[in-house]
Amino acid sequence: MHQPRYIQSSISFADKIKSLDFVLVSSILVLGIISMFAMYSTDGGQFNYHTKSHIMRFGIFFIMFLFISFIPIRLWFATSALIYIFFFILLLGVKYYGLESSGSQRWLNFYFMNLQPSELMKIGLILFLANYYHRVPAKDVSKLKFLFIPILVLIAPVLLVITQPDLGTSILIAGGGVTVVWLAGVRVKFFAYMTILFISLTPIAISFLKPYQKARILTFLNPDRDPLGAGYQIIQSKIAIGSGGFFGKGFLNGSQSYLDFLPEKHTDFIFTLFSEEFGFFGSLSILLLYILIIHRIVKIGDETRSNYGKLYCYSFATAFFIYVAVNMGMVLGLLPIVGAPLPIMSYGGSSMLSIMLGLGVTMSCKIYKDMPVN
Amino acid sequence: MINFSGENTVSKTRMISRRMFLLSAAKAAVFLGIVGRLVYLQINESNRYRTLSDKNRFREWKLAPQRGIIKDYFGKEIASNEKVYQLHITPENTQNIEEIFFRLKNILNISNKKIAYLKKKATKQKPWEPIIVSDNLSWSEFSRVNLFLHELPGVEPVVSVARVYPDKSTAHIVGYVSQISKKDLENKKYLRDMAVTGIAVGKTGLEKKLDQDIIGNVGFQRYEVNAYGKRIKQIQTDSGQEGKNYISTIDLEVQKFTTKLLGERAASVCVMDIYNGDVITMVSSPSYDPNAFVHGIKKKYWKDLIGHRDKPLSNKAIAGLYPPGSTIKTLVALSALENDIFSTKKSVKCTGYIDLYGERFHCWKKKGHGWMTMRSAIQRSCDVYFYEVAKKLGVDRISETAKKFGLGKKLFEDFYEERSGIVPNTKWKKKFIGKNWYLGETLHSGIGQGYFQTTPAQLCLMTAQIANGGYEIKPRIILKDKKSNNNLRDYITFKKNYPNDLLPNYLLSTTFKVNPLFRNQENINFIKDAMYASTNEIGGTSYASRLKNKNFIFAGKTGSSQVKRFTALQRKLEVKQKDIEYKSRDHALFIAFAPVSEPRYAISVVVEHGGSGSSAAAPIAKQVIQKVLERHPSREINYNTFIEKSI
Repeated sequence: MHQPRYIQSSISFADKIKSLDFVLVSSILVLGIISMFAMYSTDGGQFNYHTKSHIMRFGIFFIMFLFISFIPIRLWFATSALIYIFFFILLLGVKYYGLESSGSQRWLNFYFMNLQPSELMKIGLILFLANYYHRVPAKDVSKLKFLFIPILVLIAPVLLVITQPDLGTSILIAGGGVTVVWLAGVRVKFFAYMTILFISLTPIAISFLKPYQKARILTFLNPDRDPLGAGYQIIQSKIAIGSGGFFGKGFLNGSQSYLDFLPEKHTDFIFTLFSEEFGFFGSLSILLLYILIIHRIVKIGDETRSNYGKLYCYSFATAFFIYVAVNMGMVLGLLPIVGAPLPIMSYGGSSMLSIMLGLGVTMSCKIYKDMPVN
Repeated sequence: MINFSGENTVSKTRMISRRMFLLSAAKAAVFLGIVGRLVYLQINESNRYRTLSDKNRFREWKLAPQRGIIKDYFGKEIASNEKVYQLHITPENTQNIEEIFFRLKNILNISNKKIAYLKKKATKQKPWEPIIVSDNLSWSEFSRVNLFLHELPGVEPVVSVARVYPDKSTAHIVGYVSQISKKDLENKKYLRDMAVTGIAVGKTGLEKKLDQDIIGNVGFQRYEVNAYGKRIKQIQTDSGQEGKNYISTIDLEVQKFTTKLLGERAASVCVMDIYNGDVITMVSSPSYDPNAFVHGIKKKYWKDLIGHRDKPLSNKAIAGLYPPGSTIKTLVALSALENDIFSTKKSVKCTGYIDLYGERFHCWKKKGHGWMTMRSAIQRSCDVYFYEVAKKLGVDRISETAKKFGLGKKLFEDFYEERSGIVPNTKWKKKFIGKNWYLGETLHSGIGQGYFQTTPAQLCLMTAQIANGGYEIKPRIILKDKKSNNNLRDYITFKKNYPNDLLPNYLLSTTFKVNPLFRNQENINFIKDAMYASTNEIGGTSYASRLKNKNFIFAGKTGSSQVKRFTALQRKLEVKQKDIEYKSRDHALFIAFAPVSEPRYAISVVVEHGGSGSSAAAPIAKQVIQKVLERHPSREINYNTFIEKSI
């Protein structure tokens, strides 16, 4: 089971490049290119700010992704806790120094970009918990004293993000974290108790929700209750997607987005725009591309020898799945509008950074799949 | 603290893989759900959402069409359009509609009630559709609003066109337009289909009858708009179509002259071309101002009109019902001749009354007329002679002739308010009153009293059909097309000049049918001659009103129809009409045709409670006839220069 250390340290750079998962890399590239066209369409068929900025970000973070891929997985393992703490400090920083925009405080100003630490925390939490459960013996995972730290590191950032307020991102952070706990083998009973606790706490939680968040949930249950107010987004999104039909209205011909009926078309509703212009055919293609990416990440997890790598890859794949499912579920009217970007497609630097970071670590697992983490 | 045994690691790896398998199954289920949703939205429900998307994209602004114009025979407009200044609010463009209403209320002095109405209206229509605050701003209001316009976003002064009636005299013929009512929308599909706010619709007269054609076709502009209502590009535009224009047979100058002549009298005058049925003038007095209705009538004026004794809103010429009185004697005599019941030579002695089954029937002349022939009985309007005629003739024969000559049915297709009147007979009485006919009632019918009810227009048609030699004509007030032209005069002239030749083509046309109303034209000529005597020979009832100019000589017949029967006491005291209460006085009637040498026009005059036909109605007829005959040459010229080209 234990690999001789010399095998691992003797990988040449060419070997490293050869062991990159090219299917994954090219899937990401294809999705990136599609996202550029979608962004071009949201700019009304012009090469404007959003398109330029999106292309630049994709380019920079894609290179970053490749660069991170070559960082030995060992290093990620060693620094997992530090990374989590760093991101947590950034989150705390948001609380005090964060930029406020349309009623929520989510960003830190770093001059070259406004960073949204909550996005980074999605990866940070997975890294931390993967590291933690790598070290906890299998027979002990369900013991109460080993549940204390995971619950703490999960709840703390989630609460910070919820109070920004940003319900969507906090759900996505929690989703990633819970996945690691699940994969580590914590008893099903524990999840059952937590679910019961969560449901019984829901009424109390609702009283803490902001009025607009309550409205969103009510709207989800019945979009027609306020068609020009809270229900507007979901109704218009459904109209856009539905009116796309099988082959769509054609590139740059999506009237719903072109005439501004579609809200947030750069970010959360980018899938709607794409769906309107390219129809069922396009939507299904995008969905298949995402399935391929998730499948490749899972496959890397399968190949990785260390439990840290496995935990990380499986959790990241699941988190990635959750991001896609929540976003699509939202724009298709299956879930309430909570504000969750679609990985790579949506406009937004922090989201892109976080996804590329996650993918980078995944690729590092692939390159160094046989190397022990400690 | 933490055990790193190999066995431990392996069991953990197994656990991770097992849990991951469960997760993958869940993922597959979720993705299937998403695909299912995509199929539902983009394939199953696609058409519905495409419609909704188009509803978002397109907005239509309706363009109210301009109403067609009605001109008189000489091309003068009797219903035309004028430029008006309107004030619209587009709720979508306002920031605070309450504030806008408040400001406008102060600037324009709008009542609270109206404001409340407008606010309610605003909630019912689409936010980009304008609310019409005022459809007729005065110039001073318009300039005041313009002064504050920069402070009133969403408020828009608009120049539009609205109906205007240049002359009050045609009010009853043309009718008026007013704001669309709920009832209009319920009853008229074409109005529902138009769905234009603020469009005026015809409420009475020609405006109502011609409404569907004269109102025009609605245009629209379809724009693609963005989510904020901003117009992005024009997709389609249809400027609509102005309403159809019409030419009336009315001569506005005669109409004005007659209206002025009647003054405040409750009366009506009708003049008709005896060959083609063209109505030259049709006046009902007193009149009203139709313009008052166009932009919403003032309450006080409405109350005045409704409460007026002489009912100015009713068109007396076609909706006023009067017993024809002695004017019917022309038809009773004709009926007797046509049915060979009486000969023209037959004499009857008038002693002032006859008795029948114990009831006494009086002649208007208490002392009696002495021996009367049919000609002198018509000339002097002897009642006793016609009692005798009626007694022999019977009411059913009278009724038959009267109906043949146009009594008891509507003349026009152009008016909803027209009434058909009553021509009584035995069957009619059985059906509507449920009793048998009495001979005494026949005597009343013989002098145009009793159940008889006619409109002035019917009397005019009756006279015209006697005057033209006994041919049926179809009266008209709107010239529609050449096909409907009546060539009766050409036909008669041709027949007279070339009795043995074949008719030219245009007289053979299928639309033109000659329908003689007589059995023997000599009988018609006899009646015409007797009417001549009545006006132009000493002793005639309208002798005092004759025209001496030989070009203008007319032949007429007076009539007075009782509103209330004279009591024996009144008869004995020889009470004069002017001495009794207005409402009880007789209606004064007169019918005539002119000129006698070559008749062209027929006239009927009815003066409500005017007393006697000879004193109240005939003098009016005299002046109108003169006016019409003076206008005759220019009417003939006008036909060739204007009418023939226009229709």
